Amino acid sequence: MRRPRFLYIPFWASLVFLYLPIIMLVVMSFNSGRSAYTYEGFSLKWYGELAKDEGIRNGLINTLIVATCSTVIATVLGTLLAVGLARYSRSRVLDALALMPGVLPDLVLAIGLLIFYVLVRTTFGIETLGLGAVTAAHALFSMAFVTAVVRTRLTGSDTSLEEASRDLGAGAVTTFMKVTLPQLMPGVVAGALLAFTLSLDEFVIAFFTIGNTEQTLPIVIYSMIRFGVTPKINALAAILLLVSFTAVIAGQRMTKIGESRAQN
Amino acid sequence: MKSQTKARPASPAKGRRLAAFAFLSPGLTYLIVLLLIPLGLVLSYTVFRRGRFGGIIYEFTLENFTRLIDPLYLGIVGSSVRIAALTTLLALLIGYPTAYVIAHLPPKWKTIALVAIVLPFWTNFIIRVYAWIMLLSGPGVINSVLGTKFELLYKEGTVVTGLLYSYLPLMVLPLYAAIEKLDPQLREASANLGASGFTTFRKVTLPLTLPGVVTGCLFVFVPSFGNFVIPEMLGGGKSIMVGNLIRNEFLSTRDWPFGATLSLALIAVLILLLMVQSWAARRA
Repeated sequence: MRRPRFLYIPFWASLVFLYLPIIMLVVMSFNSGRSAYTYEGFSLKWYGELAKDEGIRNGLINTLIVATCSTVIATVLGTLLAVGLARYSRSRVLDALALMPGVLPDLVLAIGLLIFYVLVRTTFGIETLGLGAVTAAHALFSMAFVTAVVRTRLTGSDTSLEEASRDLGAGAVTTFMKVTLPQLMPGVVAGALLAFTLSLDEFVIAFFTIGNTEQTLPIVIYSMIRFGVTPKINALAAILLLVSFTAVIAGQRMTKIGESRAQN
Repeated sequence: MKSQTKARPASPAKGRRLAAFAFLSPGLTYLIVLLLIPLGLVLSYTVFRRGRFGGIIYEFTLENFTRLIDPLYLGIVGSSVRIAALTTLLALLIGYPTAYVIAHLPPKWKTIALVAIVLPFWTNFIIRVYAWIMLLSGPGVINSVLGTKFELLYKEGTVVTGLLYSYLPLMVLPLYAAIEKLDPQLREASANLGASGFTTFRKVTLPLTLPGVVTGCLFVFVPSFGNFVIPEMLGGGKSIMVGNLIRNEFLSTRDWPFGATLSLALIAVLILLLMVQSWAARRA
């Protein structure tokens, strides 16, 4: 069937709308002038300035620590939970509970955790929870995504291999490690990648639960923008764009390879 | 407990229970401690009185709820609904034809177009908002290219633009999924029976993709409605939304009980919308 040509106008408009700001951002990062608004000539000096910025470096390190730790927690707990829910539970309440952190508005999650952490600190007389607070919070909503992704792989798979393994005398642990987990691997990897990316970008929960000393990168950027707009932020933005674009495309490729392997 | 875990299961039923416990308990414990207890705290704070320096007094009161119907707060809820609804409508108007075009591209281009739509969504949220500050501000890129001096930032339209920019991919994806599933023969049949392109769209395509439309609208409305970062950074604090109000009650005014009540109201609105969505999905 013929498609009307005028439909291509909003299609291209969407793409221009989505990419124009990003392209401007990258172009301005190579600006030799001091302004983030008027282009004066090509230069890499803002990338040099960026490398010297200690606040950004610390923010980056903190973000990587939080993202790595929360991804590990979320992937382990989320995978176990997905297997548990798919194989050992019929409760729809538990299903809903497992997805809840991913569905609730981040603001509600953030204030709940803020109240909880303040209560924990005052009851146990702890001065600060440091990066642990944000890590635990990120692991919470990432776990929902890992559980969801791994579960979609489980519902389609058949249990005969696991039963065969049990019949041949393997224990529950061996069966899980040698039979179930390898089958689930593409889902687990996809879930972990998702968790890592979500944590890298997360702002709202970090904004509410982070202390004043240890800050993640999104929080550092936010304070920089409030302070004033400089091409240094553009340089940082350009690098982060490159990182997320590479991660998304790599993730896309990996899930494709995983799927074709699982099919063979 | 420990010896039980080590012992070999005596019966299959017991072993099954043990396995269920081993798989489910770590995740569920985590959810209870970091999700249910915090949410329970939020819920309980709604009926307490605020303390003088940000603390709370454990004394039962309903005044947080009566404050909700204050015209000041109702006005903010109203403007949040207006901003989120306008964003959703614009996203639908641009997103539907976009998803339609993508669903009819050749397979190779389909994947590329989908990745292209989703890609900006996976980049840093704050950076995406910053891009618009750079474009729109007084001395910003648009003004310096055009040689004009429009004040484009800090308006309601700016907030809508920022929200639309952030959540448009969330509209396109469910619409794409719904349109892609559509059997092309249905539209051919409609055209063969003499229906015009518009009639086919109105009577065949749109009703069949309605669940996708509702899901997409929900995906855009929900994060827009509760947003506080975009109104703050692009709206300059002029157009306050519910999210800003909650943020202020917790971090500046330090009226936690009222902030908790506001967020309960936020959840209530969202649950209402979810019920509308499941109703629409069942009707389709």
